[in-house]
Amino acid sequence: MIPATVVFVYLGIVFYIGIFAFRQSRDRQQAEGYFLANRSLGAFVFLFSLFGTNMTAFAILGSSGHAFNNGIATYGLMASASGLVIPLTIFLIGTRLWALGKKYGFMTPVQMLRDRWECGHIGTVIFAVQAALLVPYIVIGVKGGGTTLEAVSGGLVPFWFGGAIVALVVMSYVFFGGMRGTAWVNTFQTILFLLFGVVAVTVIGAGMGGFRNTVEAMLASPGTAPLLSRERISPLYFFSYTFIPLSSIAFPHICIFALTAKKMAHFKKTVILYPLCIMAIWLPCVFLGVTANRAADIPAIKAKVEARRVLATQGPQMAPEQRDGLREKMAADDILLLLLDKYAPLWLAGLLGAGIMAAVMASDSQILALSTMFAEDVFTWYGHKERFGQAVQVNTGRVFIVLLTIVSYALALKAPQSIFELAIQYGFSGYAALSPLLFAALFWRGSTKWGALACALWVTVAMIAVAVFQYAVPAPAPGPPVVISSWSLFGQTALARTPGGTAVFGFMPVVPMTLISALLMFVVSKFTAKPGAGTLAKYFEHTQGSRLL
Amino acid sequence: MKRALLVLAVAVVYVLHQDIWFWRTAHPLVFGFVPIGLFYHACFSVLAALLMGLLVKCAWPAHLEKEVESPAHRAEEQR
Repeated sequence: MIPATVVFVYLGIVFYIGIFAFRQSRDRQQAEGYFLANRSLGAFVFLFSLFGTNMTAFAILGSSGHAFNNGIATYGLMASASGLVIPLTIFLIGTRLWALGKKYGFMTPVQMLRDRWECGHIGTVIFAVQAALLVPYIVIGVKGGGTTLEAVSGGLVPFWFGGAIVALVVMSYVFFGGMRGTAWVNTFQTILFLLFGVVAVTVIGAGMGGFRNTVEAMLASPGTAPLLSRERISPLYFFSYTFIPLSSIAFPHICIFALTAKKMAHFKKTVILYPLCIMAIWLPCVFLGVTANRAADIPAIKAKVEARRVLATQGPQMAPEQRDGLREKMAADDILLLLLDKYAPLWLAGLLGAGIMAAVMASDSQILALSTMFAEDVFTWYGHKERFGQAVQVNTGRVFIVLLTIVSYALALKAPQSIFELAIQYGFSGYAALSPLLFAALFWRGSTKWGALACALWVTVAMIAVAVFQYAVPAPAPGPPVVISSWSLFGQTALARTPGGTAVFGFMPVVPMTLISALLMFVVSKFTAKPGAGTLAKYFEHTQGSRLL
Repeated sequence: MKRALLVLAVAVVYVLHQDIWFWRTAHPLVFGFVPIGLFYHACFSVLAALLMGLLVKCAWPAHLEKEVESPAHRAEEQR
C-alpha cells in the first residue's frame, strides 16, 4: 500500500498547485488570464510545461510497452524523429503563432485561421475536426491513470476507480487554475518524470543483475535477439514514423501553449533543449522495455512472452478473435510498473509510480485547450460573449471542462486498444495530416479557405476509412500482411492489412494522408479566390517572415 | 547562401535518421550493453539539439520579435 500512498500524496500536491494558481491569479475571470495565463509564462515554465504537455501516457507506458514487443526500434520510430521534427516545427510555426497572437490577440489556432482565410463556418469545421481528434488523446490520460493506480496499489484500486480519481484531480486543477495552474503542474510533473528515467534504470538494472548480462542473454536467444536490432521492422514503416511528429504543432493545445510565452526569446531554450529532454525520458523507458523480456521470473511478463510466442508460431491457424485475445495478453503498457514492483523497494516504487503518474496526467492541457476553443471558437464566435460578458464566457469554459472529463472517462472504460495503438491510429495521424493547414496559412500567400476545407474534409474521410478498413479486415498474425489490392509499385502492394495496422504502398497511412492533404491544399487553393489584399498584407508584409528559414 | 546551407543541414539530418547501415545488427554493444542501433539514435538526438542551436543562432525570426515587442506596439496594447 506504500506506493499507492505516495501516488495519492502526489495527486494531492498537483491538486493543491491548481488551487494555489487560482488564488494567485487576479485575472481569473478574464479570458486571457484564465485560458492563456495572460501570455506571461517565463522561459523555465514555458520549456517544461510545453515539453510536459507533449509527454503523455504513451511516452512512458506506451513506449516501454511497445519496446517490449518491438525492440529498440521504438526509440528511432518515435523519440529521435520527434527530437528533430517537433522542435523544428516549434521554431518555424510556434514563434510565428506567438507573434500573431501577441499582435492581433488570437487565443486559438482556429481564430488565426478564420482571420487569415477570411472564413467563418469553415473555421467551425476545422474546430470540429480538431476537437474530435483530441478526445482520444484525453482518453489516453484517463486509461493511463487507471492502469497506474491499479498496478501500484497491487490491484486494491481497480482500473475504473483509478481512472475516475485521476480524471477528477486533473479536472479540478484545470477547472480552478486554468492555464497558469496547468503550466505549473506540468512543470512540476516534467521535473519528476525527467528524474524518473535515471532512477528507474539504476534501480531496475541493479535488480536484474546488470544490463551487460541481460543483453548478452537476449542476444543468445533466437526469440529475443531480433529485439536488439531492427531486422523485423520495414524501412518504409520506419520512415513513415517521421511524419507522426508533425502532429505535435497541429495539436490545438501545443498551438495554444505557444501563445503563453512572455517573450519570443523563451522559444530559444525550448527549441534547443527539446531533443535532449526527449532523450532523457525515452531512452531509459525503451531500454527497460526491451530488457524486460529477460525478466521471466515475473509471472505476468512470462505470460506476455508466451502469448507473443504462441501468436507468432500458431497465429496463422487461429481465428481472428483468438489472435486478438493473444494480442491483449501480450500488450505491455504495464511493463515498467511490473519491473518496479519486482525490483524497486516499496517507497521508491511509490516515487517512481508518481513519476509515471506525472506523465499520464498530461491530458490536462488538452482538456484546457478544448475548453479554450469552445469558449473562443464557438461561444464567442457566435456572439455569446458580447451578449453575456467575459465572466460567463470563462465559466462556460469551466462547465465544458466538466462535461469533457465525464465523456472521456466513459470512453476510457469502453476503449479496448492498448494506449499506444489508440494514440497513433486515431490522434497523431490525423493531426499530422492537418499540419499542412498551418504551413500554408503562415508561409503561402496563395492558400485559401477552400484549400483548408478540402484538407479538413480529407483528414476526416481518411480517418474514417482507415478505421472502417481495420474493423472490416482483422489483423493477421505476425508475418506476411493480408494483401487487399494486388496492384503494386516498386514491389509494394497498394493496400494491405498488417499485424500492426494498415500499409499503403508499404507506408503507414499517415504518409499518404499528409501528402494528399498538402496536395489538396495546393490544388484547391490554386483554383479558388484568395483573401483580400488587406488580409495578405497583414500576414505577409515582411517578405522575410513568409520564408521557411 | 546561408539559408540554402541551413535547409541542406536540416535535410541531411533528416536523411541521417534512416540509418539503414545499422539495421540488422546489434553489434558493437556500446559500453558493453547498448546496441549500436539504439546508441546511434541517442547520438542523433544530440545532433538534433545541435542543429536547433544552429537554427536559433543563424535563422532566428528577429523581425517578428522586434515588431511585436516594439515601443509602438506596446503603446497600442496599453491603449
